[in-house]
Amino acid sequence: MIGQLCCLSVTHAVTSVEDALQQVPPTPPMSAISASEKVDGFTRKSMRKAQKQKKSQGSSQFRTQSSLVELSPLPQLKDAPSTEQQDLFTQKLQQCCMLFDFMDTVTDLKSKEIKRAALNELVDYVSTNRGVLTEAAYPEIINMISTNIFRTLPPSENPDFDPEEDEPTLEASWPHTQLVYEFLLRFLENPDFQPSMAKRYIDQKFVLQLLELFDSEDPRERDFLKTILHRIYGKFLGLRAFIRKQINNNFLRFIYETDHFNGVAELLEILGSIINGFALPLKAEHKQFLMKVLIPMHTAKSLALFHAQLAYCIVQFLEKDPTLTEPVIRGLLKFWPKTCSQKEVMFLGEIEEILDVIEPTQFKKVQEPLFKQISKCVANPHFQVAERALYFWNNEYILSLIEENIDKVLPIMFGSLYRISKEHWNPTIVALVYNVLKTLMEMNSVLFDELTSSYKAERQRPKAHQKLDIMPRVIKPFLKLWDSSEPQ
Amino acid sequence: EPGSSEDSAEPKMAGADGDDSLYPIAVLIDELRNEDVQLRLNSIKKLSTIALALGVERTRTELLPFLTDTIYDEDEVLLALAEQLGNFTMLVGGPEYVHCLLPPLESLATVEETVVRDKAVESLRKISQEHSPVDLEVHFEPLVKRLASGDWFTSRTSACGLFSVCYPRVSSTVKAEIRQHFRTLCSDDTPMVRRAAASKLGEFAKVLELDYVKSDIIPLFTALASDEQDSVRLLAVEACVSIATLLPQEDLETLVMPTLRQAAEDKSWRVRYMVADKFSELQKAVGPEITKNDLVPAFQNLLKDCEAEVRAAAANKVKEFCENLPEDGRETIIMTHILPCVKELVSDTNQHVKSALASVIMGLSTILGKDNTIEHLLPLFLAQLKDECPEVRLNIISNLDCVNEVIGIRQLSQSLLPAIVELAEDAKWRVRLAIIEYMPLLAGQLGVEFFDEKLNSLCMAWLVDHVYAIREAATCNLMKLVEKFGAEWAQNTIVPKVLGMANDPNYLHRMTTLFCINALSEACGQEITTKHMLPVVLKMSNDQVANVRFNVAKCLQKIGPVLDNNALQTEVKPVLEKLAADQDMDVKYFAQEAISVLALA
Repeated sequence: MIGQLCCLSVTHAVTSVEDALQQVPPTPPMSAISASEKVDGFTRKSMRKAQKQKKSQGSSQFRTQSSLVELSPLPQLKDAPSTEQQDLFTQKLQQCCMLFDFMDTVTDLKSKEIKRAALNELVDYVSTNRGVLTEAAYPEIINMISTNIFRTLPPSENPDFDPEEDEPTLEASWPHTQLVYEFLLRFLENPDFQPSMAKRYIDQKFVLQLLELFDSEDPRERDFLKTILHRIYGKFLGLRAFIRKQINNNFLRFIYETDHFNGVAELLEILGSIINGFALPLKAEHKQFLMKVLIPMHTAKSLALFHAQLAYCIVQFLEKDPTLTEPVIRGLLKFWPKTCSQKEVMFLGEIEEILDVIEPTQFKKVQEPLFKQISKCVANPHFQVAERALYFWNNEYILSLIEENIDKVLPIMFGSLYRISKEHWNPTIVALVYNVLKTLMEMNSVLFDELTSSYKAERQRPKAHQKLDIMPRVIKPFLKLWDSSEPQ
Repeated sequence: EPGSSEDSAEPKMAGADGDDSLYPIAVLIDELRNEDVQLRLNSIKKLSTIALALGVERTRTELLPFLTDTIYDEDEVLLALAEQLGNFTMLVGGPEYVHCLLPPLESLATVEETVVRDKAVESLRKISQEHSPVDLEVHFEPLVKRLASGDWFTSRTSACGLFSVCYPRVSSTVKAEIRQHFRTLCSDDTPMVRRAAASKLGEFAKVLELDYVKSDIIPLFTALASDEQDSVRLLAVEACVSIATLLPQEDLETLVMPTLRQAAEDKSWRVRYMVADKFSELQKAVGPEITKNDLVPAFQNLLKDCEAEVRAAAANKVKEFCENLPEDGRETIIMTHILPCVKELVSDTNQHVKSALASVIMGLSTILGKDNTIEHLLPLFLAQLKDECPEVRLNIISNLDCVNEVIGIRQLSQSLLPAIVELAEDAKWRVRLAIIEYMPLLAGQLGVEFFDEKLNSLCMAWLVDHVYAIREAATCNLMKLVEKFGAEWAQNTIVPKVLGMANDPNYLHRMTTLFCINALSEACGQEITTKHMLPVVLKMSNDQVANVRFNVAKCLQKIGPVLDNNALQTEVKPVLEKLAADQDMDVKYFAQEAISVLALA
């Protein structure tokens, strides 16, 4: 009977590994490679990438453990008399501290299977039973978890890993690691779980190590980590400030030092819900985090990977405290992408999300610099940028804000709109611009006509007259400079 | 042109009243506030011109306060500003007034953007040297203290880079304060600051008195080397080199070695990588005795590390490490401890490791001498020459000369020739290229007979390679061979084959004939060129492919100087004239060019 169960679970494990592998796109047929190799010795980048994807499994390797002992199966927890269950539970936890090399697919198969079965049992045991989390169990549990998941992540197999293009390297030890994460989650969610007992083990060091794992290339691992860290944040009040600060440090390192961290999106997702719960008025610490960490994060090369989560956090902040709108928008304008159209589209998306929740008084404070930028975007030769900016005029709330401030907005926008209605290469853009011009005209036709005629007059003026023939505007701090240098 | 105003020592009223000499400066000043970043940037880059025109006093009292206020600008502008201010001493009135530059640089040293901050620190370090000892204590050191106790991590990070420049020139009380500040930053709770401190630890240690190195630096070093973040620990390894150099030999064992040993076995591969990467420096710093006892086993472990990154870094150091071993016992250490590891690396599973090894392994032959090389190293070279990874093969081939020196070319070619012949047809063209470049040397050492027998056919085969770079290199190679073996040899062995290709159906091969003639005519001399090559070239002027025809024109231009006047006038000229009237523009162009260069018009 036991043997049969084992067999069943083995098949189950294999399927799950296969599922994971199926997410990797099929590698090109061998013939393609050899054909191109005939043409020229050196492989093309696409080919090299394809070949790399074949071995998309990696594992942080452990320092050689002192001689591996083969595991021997323990009796099943559910078969043990209740008086012995807790002892057996501890024994199984200890058994699961044995680590295996999953890059080597042939050795220790039997022991690996015993550990996998034991982990499965442990998961079951903590999720279905009450009263199993005795005080003595906590250190054993945390020890087992720490031994298994805390490790130095391996060097990336692909140094120029592009998270948008390449398949991530998956954690080879996942058949075990997954169950350990599952176990940790069930342990935290067990109704008997007592933070006061656990806090001796789930401490700052534990959290720090957990945070380091967020750099894992394996999205499955990061997903578990996200839920787990969120649970810890929820249950351990004493760790909250520490967690926020460490996330802060991770982000600063990401922005200013490494430009690389795989778990940014996951951490931002956690933060999104944390910000949601901030009490008002916002503490200086939180505002500093917004302005000095979240805003500069927009400069990251890999923004596309976490922009949705980042924009969500920003909007959460503004919904909490609308007075932050002006500094936030000015911050975004400061970091506005200069050459990357893809990022520019994201920025525009975020601006629209902000405008969706903006208060009319805040709008007035930023309308001038903001619409100067929007006017540049509308005139962008990249049609996606222009299109994204023009979509603002499909938004009822934004329209109402523009209408209210038409005397300020229209003069800023007019030149660009008028010019591209004649000049833009893309017919869709031209059509959109006509609609926008029409809407704006309806808002204030007198102003519109004035701007039209002055625009035309400006264009007719011969260039020669525009030559600088007046003294440039001398800036204020230097006025006294010029005065004092009058000949005496 | 702002230059014109640079001469006027006293700025005079510019603009409306008629004196226009300051007009360009007024434009620059105005542009410091322009909306267009590019204009602001241009203006900032000409800041010295502005300052020069304003004179030292106004620069101090007006320009600098204005600049200090503008420190909210785009990072790019700030970067330019930070750089400019480092060279501003003379513009504010010399060392006496250099402290006026501190306020704007202090603000720049606190901004978020790393490049701006680093530049500001660089400039601060530069101008610190221009402060008198008194000014250093009155103006500079307080700035360092303010930065070191700043709220936000950026200012504390910047402070780390400033301690070492002021320490040597201040009084002992201030020195004690500086040491205290540095200690505090080494245990800052922000990892960014600890990283900055760790990266300056070595530099700071160098300016400290030896007693303080022992009492202050060593505990900090030990603490940073066991920091919870590996990014901090690995920086401590770098500092280890400087610290070890400073300490007397007898203190190394107790003060440095425990930490170094621990770093070499750190659980994070990044730290072990750093140890491997700095191994030669560490080796020199700790001296021969410790190297023998401690570093040899540590190096063995790194060569056998479980992460390929670490093995590759260590493999890169194999030659240097062996070279720097103490001479007595060097051979024994290499043979018994290092070589076995090297042997394993030759068949490593990771190509970067093998490739790193291949780039240095040949250097071992000079250290080990002829007999050991033949017995122990040659098999490894051969194995790497046959490696499946082209980079490994390439690295071996590119370093053949070090082995050549030790065992002689004959021995080398006997053992390596089969592998070389095989590589001459390697699928990777860079490998073929490397082999070709080696041919003239081989040919010179082996002599004509051996060459004709073993290598000649290879050299000819490269002429029809499908990669242009190989055909080009093959052409060049022929020229070098003719220079070695002489015109007669060329006429008998090479020229007929080269000229035979003129009738090849593939126009690329026909062009190769022309390229070879370009390269060979001079070495072959007038007789061969006129008798054998010229007729073929002239005949090819009727080729149906325009590229061949214009290369005929180029070729005639090239070989013209080798020919006598008679041949030029009677044979070359009519053909070039015909080509000058060709339908194809390029043919016409090159024909006309040849006519004018050869003065045949």
